[in-house]
Amino acid sequence: MAEKYEIKEIEVWDGNYAMSQALRQAQVDVVAAYPITPSTPIVENYGNYVANGYIDGEFVMVESEHAAMSGCVGAAAAGGRVATATSSQGFALMVEVLYQASGMRLPIVLTVANRALASPLNVRGDHSDMYLGRDAGWIQLDAFNAEEAYDMTLCAFKIGEHLDVRLPVMVHQDGFLTSHTAQNVHPLSDEEAYGFVGDYKCVDEMLDFTRPVTYGAQTEEDWHFEHKAKQHKALMDSRTIIDEIFAEYGKLTKRTYKRVESYHMEDAEVAIVALGSSVETCRLAAEELRAEGIKAGVVAPRCFRPFPFDLIREALKDVKAIACLDRSSPGGAMGALFNEVSAALYSTQSRPMVTNFIYGLGGRDFSVKEAKRIFMEQKAHVDAGHITTPIQQFSGLRGPKLGFFETKRS
Amino acid sequence: MAITSLKNLKEFSTNNDRFEGAHLLCPGCAHSMIVRELMNCSDDNLVISTNTGCLEVSTAVYPYTSWDTSWIHIGFENAATAIAGAEAMYKARKKKGTLKDPDAPVKFVAFGGDGSTYDIGFQWLSGAIERGHDFTYICLDNENYANTGGQRSSSTPVGATTTTAQAGSHSYGKKEKKKDIVAIMAAHGAPYVAQLAPNKWKIMAQGFQKALETKGPCFINTVSACTTEWRFDPKDTIHVTDLATDSLMFPIYEIIDGHELNILYRPKNVIPVEEYLAAQGRYKHLFKPENKHVIEAIQKEVDQKWEMLQRREEARI
Repeated sequence: MAEKYEIKEIEVWDGNYAMSQALRQAQVDVVAAYPITPSTPIVENYGNYVANGYIDGEFVMVESEHAAMSGCVGAAAAGGRVATATSSQGFALMVEVLYQASGMRLPIVLTVANRALASPLNVRGDHSDMYLGRDAGWIQLDAFNAEEAYDMTLCAFKIGEHLDVRLPVMVHQDGFLTSHTAQNVHPLSDEEAYGFVGDYKCVDEMLDFTRPVTYGAQTEEDWHFEHKAKQHKALMDSRTIIDEIFAEYGKLTKRTYKRVESYHMEDAEVAIVALGSSVETCRLAAEELRAEGIKAGVVAPRCFRPFPFDLIREALKDVKAIACLDRSSPGGAMGALFNEVSAALYSTQSRPMVTNFIYGLGGRDFSVKEAKRIFMEQKAHVDAGHITTPIQQFSGLRGPKLGFFETKRS
Repeated sequence: MAITSLKNLKEFSTNNDRFEGAHLLCPGCAHSMIVRELMNCSDDNLVISTNTGCLEVSTAVYPYTSWDTSWIHIGFENAATAIAGAEAMYKARKKKGTLKDPDAPVKFVAFGGDGSTYDIGFQWLSGAIERGHDFTYICLDNENYANTGGQRSSSTPVGATTTTAQAGSHSYGKKEKKKDIVAIMAAHGAPYVAQLAPNKWKIMAQGFQKALETKGPCFINTVSACTTEWRFDPKDTIHVTDLATDSLMFPIYEIIDGHELNILYRPKNVIPVEEYLAAQGRYKHLFKPENKHVIEAIQKEVDQKWEMLQRREEARI
């Protein structure tokens, strides 16, 4: 039996510590990990809990992130609760195995402290790694602060391990901005938290020798398509279960999450769509602008995968101008969030104006002032009746303005 | 029944099998002999992982499987880590008491070809051995990337022609020496490391059993004659393997705890390497007059290695 851990009603935890406490409370059986800034403390803390008897688990310190996820896959197939953590280059090294984990329908939880991808080398937060994982067949939950990092991690186990889901889940937080910023967190007691997550339910475990299983089979053009379609359907079908689990968690904590979080959207005329800690920045900006009579609102996908296409459409259909903020270098295209939000809005009658801002790369600061400026630019589009700027702009960049695609008006 | 209690091959051939005969390996491929023997040399429950390669693509094509035990394949490089993860989960669940049959003995085994063992999965193997997981890694060494059509690996011997180290008017084939994977694994301090061959099936079975019974990470390099890429008649697999072991191209030996070396097979009549080379199409070009020096160099290398192994054995250090 694991040792009792003293926990207070209100703790001052940073995002990493909050996630590692969630790992402890879920009594994760195996963590296979390789350290990388800024996610390192998550697995260091797990190691600490194992070393001091707070978890009856196995801490496997492997030689690379590729091996970390490989070890997680082997462990999960053997039937038990599995988690790890990574960031940036480590995430990139893991990518091959991310696809293999989801293809084998193994409910591994990967906590991610989002960080930029080299080159140039950069340890600060942006969403390049999160975007790199978006087609990997994982559920991706996004936490905007430390408390949410804790909440989403607990929810991740329950969602991924749900018998109707059985998919791996990533929980994202912003590197340093969330991972290293100590904030008030209201944790559940160990009993409540474990009661919520529940015992791990084995499915096709390799350690049940009465029923041998083959994991990682080969399929070619005869069956591969059907497998991938089934996996996609499982992701799509997980939407209602995520909603149920968020509701159940809300009853326990009075913190009720939604797959799309809307803020001041009831009558919003202009809106920002964002991910990560910037959501809170934008909310502050909206709050200030509301006092000035600007009807500003913020929409944030809590669940990045499966992408809440219908909820995004519902949240934004009555808005006149929308700025989509992408904290990842789009590499010769429009930002991913812009593309997905625009696609969702295309099937509305109103078809609001949508523009794209690339911002905050490599940890470049994003201020309330800048968020307000972006809101006001949307207001200018509304007043003019058309988009008055290039459709894609870079926000917070040094030197001359950078933008692409002028609007053509006929 | 464990294979070491069997008297002869006939009895072995009718023994219960956890590796099904229906698979897609080439006729004459030694992989299945080695795998089958491993799985039959123990009565314990087995969890097996396999790197991408000939064995994997030939034994688990959906909706079929040749594996009548727990089996996992992730990628080309990470079978050692997959089995390490499974072994860690076994330990965690044993501690927690969540195993369905906690008292049944379980053995963890990983298979890889020389491509995944010597090359692309080298780091993963090294990491898993260093961490001391209780498992046995078996390399099915056919000295080339056979699954992708016969490219060089770092196990390909000097003088062999492959599609990426070709013999031609300006080349005698591969110029670089075969990596000594057994020495490298022994240098990790693994408790049991060996090189074995399926023609010496009783020695191989004993070696496998020793590895499975040894706590901690064990490594075995097995010679797996490749009818397709070594270019010999499929009926000659064991004959070619006999030539390999009797010419000492593949000496059979074990290293315990990283230092105690025991030679497990001493040919009564050592044959020249030339006979081994002549039996395979991949060395055909070496018999041209201008390449005679390569055969001489190979013989010299083999003699030196055998001398080294014998002196290591005598030294008992």
